[in-house]
Amino acid sequence: MSSSNLVVIFLSAILINNFVLSRFLGICPFLGISNKIETAVGMSLAVIFVMTVASLATWVVQTYVLDLFGLGYLRTIAFILVIAVLVQFVEMVIQKSSPTLYQALGVYLPLITTNCAVMGVTLINMNEGYTLVQSLVNGFAAAVGFGLAIVIFAGIRERLELADIPEALQGFPIALITAGLLSISFFGFQGLL
Amino acid sequence: MRNFRVLMSGIIDENPTFRLLLGMCPTLAVSTAAFNGLGMGLAATAVLLASNVLISLMKPVIPDKIRIPCYVVVIATFVTMVDMVMGAFVPDLHSVLGIFIPLIVVNCIILQRAEAFASKNSVLSSAFDGIGMGLGFTLALVALSSVRELLGAGSIFGVNIMWHSFEPMRLMVSPPGAFIGLGLIIGLINTLRPKKA
Amino acid sequence: MEIKRLAVSSSPHLHSGDSVQSAMLHVLIALAPAAAFAVYHFGLHVLFVLLTGMAVAIAAEALILRLVKKPMTAIRDGSAAVTGLLLAMNLPAGIPLWTITIGAGLAIGIGKHVFGGLGHNPFNPALVARAILLVSWPERMTAWVGPMLISAATPLSEFRTSRIVPAYGDLLFGFKAGSIGEIAVFLLLLGGAYLIYRRIIDWKIPVSFIGTVALLTYILPAREQSSYFAGNPLFHVLSGGLVLGAFFMATDWTTSPVTKRGRVIMGVGCGILTSVIRLYGGMPEGVSYAILIMNGLTPLIDRYTLGSRSGAR
Repeated sequence: MSSSNLVVIFLSAILINNFVLSRFLGICPFLGISNKIETAVGMSLAVIFVMTVASLATWVVQTYVLDLFGLGYLRTIAFILVIAVLVQFVEMVIQKSSPTLYQALGVYLPLITTNCAVMGVTLINMNEGYTLVQSLVNGFAAAVGFGLAIVIFAGIRERLELADIPEALQGFPIALITAGLLSISFFGFQGLL
Repeated sequence: MRNFRVLMSGIIDENPTFRLLLGMCPTLAVSTAAFNGLGMGLAATAVLLASNVLISLMKPVIPDKIRIPCYVVVIATFVTMVDMVMGAFVPDLHSVLGIFIPLIVVNCIILQRAEAFASKNSVLSSAFDGIGMGLGFTLALVALSSVRELLGAGSIFGVNIMWHSFEPMRLMVSPPGAFIGLGLIIGLINTLRPKKA
Repeated sequence: MEIKRLAVSSSPHLHSGDSVQSAMLHVLIALAPAAAFAVYHFGLHVLFVLLTGMAVAIAAEALILRLVKKPMTAIRDGSAAVTGLLLAMNLPAGIPLWTITIGAGLAIGIGKHVFGGLGHNPFNPALVARAILLVSWPERMTAWVGPMLISAATPLSEFRTSRIVPAYGDLLFGFKAGSIGEIAVFLLLLGGAYLIYRRIIDWKIPVSFIGTVALLTYILPAREQSSYFAGNPLFHVLSGGLVLGAFFMATDWTTSPVTKRGRVIMGVGCGILTSVIRLYGGMPEGVSYAILIMNGLTPLIDRYTLGSRSGAR
């Protein structure tokens, strides 16, 4: 495992196969929690944290529990439970240890359980056969990519609040079209690696 | 009669994709060809029907406080079954849909129906709700994926129907095309829908 | 809070229809010499492409204004004609007329009016359409030609494969393959200078954009090269769509920052992205994607360059 391999995973997950704009993972929070830049930043930080830890936890579960006992078919159930428990646990730890951090991230944490980006990155880690370090890098980078997309998107949406958008396109339709144009501009990064 | 209304409401008035705006990730991701959309829709319908029925049956025994984890386990079980069945019988479709089959587990439609409908209604109504929502989702997926396949590849369900010098607009089968196409379709539906007072 | 957001979003240039109209006229004047040279260089087909682009854009604008029941007078601002012309100038000379027709319709529809029309679009409409066409019909959009529409490689793609640098005079005066509007660099520089003189555009974006590209393509080694400080900045500045993009697209009022610092950030950002895509990306040219990405970042740039000044959070 070379370090350039890790750089490739890192840049690819952020720019080329951006989770939101190219892989369509985490669309619900991307569309739902992107009205304000502040909330988008808060959500991104929470997702970065959870996705990195989830990549670690599910890798351990897969390697030392599922693979060891031949329970590979329980992966979906096991992973969703790991993620749900993890999110709960993280919430409690942050609440006890850092009230400021909890205030910043607290509201977003329960929403993350059903964020398919978290489940998605853990499944991708396993399908790609990543090592522990590769999984961690991929989880972190995928979440950074999510954060980058949602913060840019929130900036545009704040501005569009004042725009005279045709009635039928207000709300979700214009958000989807904007996301499409953002997605197409990220095409510039293709072939970068 | 009431059950029929429940069924139709899932397909039209409360269409999960076009009206409730749920389950966006698989909708955008797998709608590159009509057949993929149909397969994804039916897989989700099977899970919806089964989980709605079982959750409705189990509602007396599920403690209120941990109901969400219980629902998730029920849903994950059915998703695993569907995943395996598809892997065995339709391996090609299974590999095209990829991680979006296990991801049905975090599809907001299914959990939302468990929480909002199955946990409060009879088994029969829940079954109809599951079928209605599932078919509504399938319908939306097939509609979006047909448009994308037609413009992006010149065919529907793999059958060429455009004139022979037609040059497909490959944008429509690429990720930006999914966003733009769905946005425009929802906008079109908003335009056609009679305005409520 | 509301007032601050208003200040961020409304462009100070857009006070009345008249000023937009005269500004658009100046842009058309500035683009005319380069467009005329393209017709001379490539042949008559280019004239039809340019006219189709403008005519379809104006027709699409009129149709959509009618559909959304907005006053028809908006069509007189001339912005649709500029969008159509800029799109046409960003296409290869041999482009079929049906492609520019679809593109001009998309530029006005998806690029502009879904967001509420002039002054609201987050991305440059002409570049949105170009990006859509490039994804949809890549062979058509990269079928570069020389005079008489005989196929030829652009200097940037030629350089990628063989590292051949053409004569600088040919690059400067436009005797090369490339998009319709990008070849006549000298005439584009004259047009850009005219717009700066008329105070239609701010010099900060083009100067920081081109300066950054020159610096980075000098410092950074291209792929399969290892030596730093060995690049050829003059070649990179005179090739591709850099001058066209820097003066005429990145400076679009609606999609670029309103603050002075923001404009420098916009230019430097465009320059970094263009250089990275040209040196390491999958495509030989990156100007239009670089501008689109910086368009997307413009609200954030405005917010943080303006926010610190007003001090209100």
